[in-house]
Amino acid sequence: MPKLLTGAEIVFKCLEDQKVEHIFGYPGGAVLPIYDELKNHPSIKHILVRHEQGAGHAAEGYARSSGKPGVVLVTSGPGATNVVTALTDAYMDSVPLVCISGQVPTHLIGTDAFQECDTTGITRPCTKHNWLVKDINDLSKVMHEAFRVATTGRPGPVLIDIPKDIQFAKAKYKKPNKEKKLNGKSQNKFSQVQIDELVKLLTKAKKPIIYSGGGVINSGPKASQALREFVELTGFPITSTLQGLGAYPGDDNQFLGMLGMHGTYEANNAMHDCDLLINIGARFDDRITGKIDEFSPNSKKVHIDIDPSSINKIIKVDLAIVGDVTSVISKINKTIVKRKNGHSKSNKSNIAKWWEQIEKWREKDSLNFVNSDESIKPQHAVQRLYELTKNKDTYVTTEVGQHQMWAAQHYKFNKPNRWMTSGGLGTMGYGLPAAVGVQIAHPEKLVIDIAGEASVLMTMQEMSTAVQYNLPIKIFILNNQYMGMVRQWQELLHEKNYSESYSEALPDFMKMAEAYGCKGIKADSPAELDDKIQEMIDYDGPVIFDCHVDPNENCFPMIPSGKPHNQMILGPNDQEENKIKGKGKALV
Amino acid sequence: MPKSKSAYSIPTKKQKSDTYIFVVWVDNEAGVLARVVGLFSGRGYNIESLAVAEVDAVKNISRITIVTTGTPQVIDQIRLQLTKLVPVHKVAEFKREDKDVIFKEMALFKVVGKRNKIEKCLNACKKFNPVILDETKTSAVIQITALRREIDVMNKKLKPLGLISTSRTGAVAMTRGAKIFN
Repeated sequence: MPKLLTGAEIVFKCLEDQKVEHIFGYPGGAVLPIYDELKNHPSIKHILVRHEQGAGHAAEGYARSSGKPGVVLVTSGPGATNVVTALTDAYMDSVPLVCISGQVPTHLIGTDAFQECDTTGITRPCTKHNWLVKDINDLSKVMHEAFRVATTGRPGPVLIDIPKDIQFAKAKYKKPNKEKKLNGKSQNKFSQVQIDELVKLLTKAKKPIIYSGGGVINSGPKASQALREFVELTGFPITSTLQGLGAYPGDDNQFLGMLGMHGTYEANNAMHDCDLLINIGARFDDRITGKIDEFSPNSKKVHIDIDPSSINKIIKVDLAIVGDVTSVISKINKTIVKRKNGHSKSNKSNIAKWWEQIEKWREKDSLNFVNSDESIKPQHAVQRLYELTKNKDTYVTTEVGQHQMWAAQHYKFNKPNRWMTSGGLGTMGYGLPAAVGVQIAHPEKLVIDIAGEASVLMTMQEMSTAVQYNLPIKIFILNNQYMGMVRQWQELLHEKNYSESYSEALPDFMKMAEAYGCKGIKADSPAELDDKIQEMIDYDGPVIFDCHVDPNENCFPMIPSGKPHNQMILGPNDQEENKIKGKGKALV
Repeated sequence: MPKSKSAYSIPTKKQKSDTYIFVVWVDNEAGVLARVVGLFSGRGYNIESLAVAEVDAVKNISRITIVTTGTPQVIDQIRLQLTKLVPVHKVAEFKREDKDVIFKEMALFKVVGKRNKIEKCLNACKKFNPVILDETKTSAVIQITALRREIDVMNKKLKPLGLISTSRTGAVAMTRGAKIFN
C-alpha cells in the first residue's frame, strides 16, 4: 500500500513534480502546515516578500522573464485579498501564475471565522480558474490541473484555496498525467487553407504592416525567431504593442517602434493607411486602436491569436487564424519559402513605395524632445541608461505612467522576455517587486526597474526583500515629484487643474536606501548623469537611483483620445495646434 | 449624448439587439453557476431568464439555459467566453425565432375566488395545458407551460379573475426532430 501523505506534503510533491524551484510568499495562520513542510524540500526555495501583492508581482516578473509559471503562497483572508491586484494584473497580461492560498478549516467556512474570506468568490473574475479543495483526495489532481490551466492556451493566473484541515489530512499522492490532454480549451487547429489565404494576401499587399503583441512573447523564444524570419521573408514593416517589445529587435530598420496612444508617428500612420494589417498575438486594446470607427479604415485585417474570444471582440477581421503563434508563423514561413520563386522579389518591389512613405513619416522624428543642459530630461535619462546598458543582457521592468512610456519609447529591446511592464491593468507599484522576481530567475543578469517616484512608493517595502536575498536590482527613479501621467492629462484635458497630482513631502530616497541597507545614488544635472548611471551598474547590490528630472516634461507623441491614428499630437516642436476638445475628454 | 457603459469609448454605431437562447453543459460542481452568471454580470451582458439543473447524474453534468439579448458581436463574445470556462463542456446558441427549437417556460398561478372565477381561469389557460395541482373550495394552483410572452399575457389576464401569486421558471429549450444541439 502506498504511503499516505499529508495535504502539505502533497502540495510540495506536486510542486516538485511540476519542477518548481521558487515560490514567493508570506506565512500566516491558515498556511502554517505548508510552511512547516517547507524545510523538507530543499529543491524549492521560498522568497519571503513584505506584502502579498509584492509576492504576486514578483511571481509575474519571474514568469515573464523565464517562461515558467510563477508560484505564490499566501494565507487566508488579508493574505488572499492582498494578492488580488497581482492576479488581476496577470490575468490582463496573460501571465501564468499558480497561487496557493490557505483557508480556514472546512468546518469554519461560512462562519465569518478569523481571517476568513470568500477567496474563490473574490478571485473568480480575475483568474482563469480557481478551486476550493474540500476533499484531500482531490488535492493532487487539482494541483496538477492548476499548472496545466495556467500554462496552456492563453496563459493566466489560477488559484487553489486549501483549508487548514485539508493541509493536515492524509491521502495518496497521484503523479501528473503524462499525456497532456488539452480539453478543448487550448486551440491550435488552424488549417493550411487559412495559411494559403494569408499568403495570398501577402503577395497582393501594397501597403502592409505587421502588428505584433505579447502573444509572441508568451509563445516562447521560438516564436520571436519565427517572427524575425517572417519579417525578413516579406520585407514588411513591423510595429509592436507595449507587451510585444523585444519579440522583434528594437534597433532594426524594419521596426517602426511601438504603436498606440504613445506610439511613434510612423507606426500609427502606417496602421491607419495600410491595406493589409497582420495582427500577431495582440488583442486590439483600446490604447492601441484609438477611435474604433476610424481604425485602419482601408485595410484587410488578419488576426492570429490562440484565444478565440479575442477574435472580432473589438475589431472585425477578414481572416482569423486561431492557434499558437510559433506554429502558425512557422507554417506561414514554410509556405512562403515553398512558393518563393517569383513571390518574395516581386512583393518587395510592390511595397517599395510604401516604404518611401514610411521614411517620410520617420523624418518627423516623433520621439524627439528638447534636451537641456540644466535639468535632466527624462527621455534623455532613459536614452543614457540604454546606451550604458545595451551591451549587457539587461532585463527591464517598469512601474506605470510617463516613465513607463518613455522607457518603452527610448529603451530598445532585442530579445524577448527582457521587458516586464503592467500594460492591461496598469498597476502602479508593479516594477519593483517584478524586478525582484526577475532577479531570482536570472541571478547573474542586470535587472533595472525604470520607475516613477509615485509608483515605486506603492510597493517600496519590497526593497527589504531585495536586501534580504542580496538581489542586486537597480531602481532607477525618474523623479519629477508629480504623478506625471495624471499631471499630463490634467494639463491637456482639465485646464491645468493639477488636482492632487503633486506629491508633497516625498521621502529622501538617499536616506531611504540607507534605511533599507542598500545603496542610494542621486543625480541632479545632465553632466553627472552618465557617471552616476555607471556607478549604479557597477555596484554589486541593490541600488535606489534618485534621478531628478524636469517636472514639467510631457510624454509625446500622443493620440488624443477620440481621435484616429493619423491625428497625433507631436512634441513641442510640432507647430500644429491640436487640441482635445469636447467628446474626446471622456475617452482618456 | 449616447449613454456609455464603459468609461472609455462611446459607441457611435448602435447595432440591433436580438434575443438569443444559450444552452450550456457544465460540470455540476460548486461555484459553476457563479462562474457562468459572473461572466455575464462582469462583462455587462444581460440575463433575461435562467434555468439550471443536473441532467446526467452519472457524468455529473448540469444543463444551463440562459435567455439573453445582445448584438451579433456580443452574442459571439458570450459564446466564446463561455467556452473558455474550464467546467464548460459545450455551448449551443440559437435565436428565439428559430423554428427548429422548442422553447418553454412553466408557471404556477394561485387563484383565490369563487368556483366560477377559477373555471374562467382554467378556460383562459386552455391553450397551455393547464394542470390543477391543488384545489380547495376557494382556491386553485394552476400549472401551465408556454412561451415567456404567453405567460406574460396570462399573468395580466388572470389578475382580475383572482390571481394572487405567480411563480415561474426560466426558459428551457430542446431541438425538434432527431438531431441534438451541435
